[in-house]
Amino acid sequence: MSRHRRLLPWLAFAVLLALPFSFGSQFLVNLAMLTAMSAFLGQAWNIAGGFGGLTSFGHTVFFGIGAYSAAILATRYGISAWFALPLAFGLGAAVGAVIGFASFRAGLRGSYFALVTLAFAEAFRVLATASEFTRGGQGINVPLDLGLASFQFADRRATYVVIVALLVLAMGVAAWLRRSRFGARLVAVRENEDAAAALGIDIVRTKTAAFALSGGLAALGGVVYCQTYLFVDPLIAFGVERSVEMLLVAMIGGAGTVWGPVLGGLALHLVADTARSFIITPGFAPMLYGVMLLVIVGLLPGGIASLRGRFRRA
Amino acid sequence: MLEVRALSKRFGGLQAVRDVALDVPEGSITALIGPNGAGKTTTFAMIAGFIRPDSGSVRFLGQDVTGMRPDRIAALGMVRTFQITQPFAGLSVMENIRIGAFLRDANPGAAEAKARAVGVRLGLGPMLDRPAATLTVAGRKRLEVARALATQPRLLLLDEVMAGLNPSELGEIVAMIRTVRDSGVTVLLIEHIMAAVAALADDVHVLAGGALIAQGTPKDIAANPAVVEAYLGHGAAARMAQAGKAPDGAHA
Repeated sequence: MSRHRRLLPWLAFAVLLALPFSFGSQFLVNLAMLTAMSAFLGQAWNIAGGFGGLTSFGHTVFFGIGAYSAAILATRYGISAWFALPLAFGLGAAVGAVIGFASFRAGLRGSYFALVTLAFAEAFRVLATASEFTRGGQGINVPLDLGLASFQFADRRATYVVIVALLVLAMGVAAWLRRSRFGARLVAVRENEDAAAALGIDIVRTKTAAFALSGGLAALGGVVYCQTYLFVDPLIAFGVERSVEMLLVAMIGGAGTVWGPVLGGLALHLVADTARSFIITPGFAPMLYGVMLLVIVGLLPGGIASLRGRFRRA
Repeated sequence: MLEVRALSKRFGGLQAVRDVALDVPEGSITALIGPNGAGKTTTFAMIAGFIRPDSGSVRFLGQDVTGMRPDRIAALGMVRTFQITQPFAGLSVMENIRIGAFLRDANPGAAEAKARAVGVRLGLGPMLDRPAATLTVAGRKRLEVARALATQPRLLLLDEVMAGLNPSELGEIVAMIRTVRDSGVTVLLIEHIMAAVAALADDVHVLAGGALIAQGTPKDIAANPAVVEAYLGHGAAARMAQAGKAPDGAHA
């Protein structure tokens, strides 16, 4: 019985994933693609921010590293974006390890850590704007070269499949965290650092590893973004809005859960994008995000995913 | 097993701990007592690696562990509990204990089995699947001990695990600590409740104003005028002796 119940969300998930194929509407495919990307990036943030309580405000730094990896590899070296995937993961993880190790060793937590991550993302944006290597503020155009070998797809549905694969990978990592010793230790560090240290957990190493893993995953999203839109500039790569969206998706859906970011991505895109198509006042979307976050934090601190527990108890 | 020498710590203008030296022999229950603010918890924190001492040394199992990180010290087999209990509030009681078990056992299933066994042994059986945040004070104290024990320590540092318990809970926890010692774990404990110390400890060290003022069996300590003065104020020992003499003027 409980086994069936556990399969139910996966079944619903599969139906939802298949939906864009059955209608063939370009709008629906686009919406599904954006939602899946949000859910994926939210889950990547969630690995560190949700499970480890490492609230990063600058997670787009990893997304940007991934996007620029693909763009620079293709334009400067003519190397296929398939190779950008492992490169981006490695670079994202390395930068995550450096930012994490420096911050956690210095004992930075909570809002101080959030500010450091925000500062890193801004520093990367400034660097990308100033550097000739990244073509400065004008950004990089990736030449059109459709085909599986160059990881560019004419049909958006193919891109959608790739993003869904990434999403499932990230959810697999989250599911592993819920079962493994590493995940249990990460949660223990989130809940109480002193107690965790007293029980033999290396706090700095645990948090650094989680941040690196989260950064590597987020960088993969940047590669796929670059291959979809064939353009990167400093604001797309390192703009603060993406950082905010990543943490919103995870927190609205349910931080520290496997399904939270999926629910958060759906909520954010279905509600916000629908509203945005009716009300076109500039700044309306961020305002709506703010209201959604306030409602969630005030009424449902565990996010949408915690509703399930409430219903079960009732 | 544990040798502490000339341990000192100053916080600003306050000399919290001065030249503390003590030995904990293997297989013993050793107590560290003293009035509030005597420096007991600071001494504990330095021994377990949570506070770096200004001077002095801590040797555990013949190895110098002075200034070592707490997680390394825990891995060597010396684990502390906290006076102000520090549960992982969002986790269940079993998951709390399992964090301790993970130190020696990487397999989640095996660690859970061990955690459940330790929990049942310490009387937490019915509470294992409840959130740790719902435990009573006595339950939280037990959880502290259970988590520490699940790491399979050689030396257990217990910081006031009896404070705030009622008499029947006290009796249970005294029996529990004896069981722990009999299973081969050496115990160093900080305690306020003298009756419990007298019932448990082989050897007692008394700390007052940051310095050790007495050491001996519980019986010696209770009769020591310096200890009585530390707890009850300057001249108290003399006044008590006087008061004892007063009624018939014959007692020595």
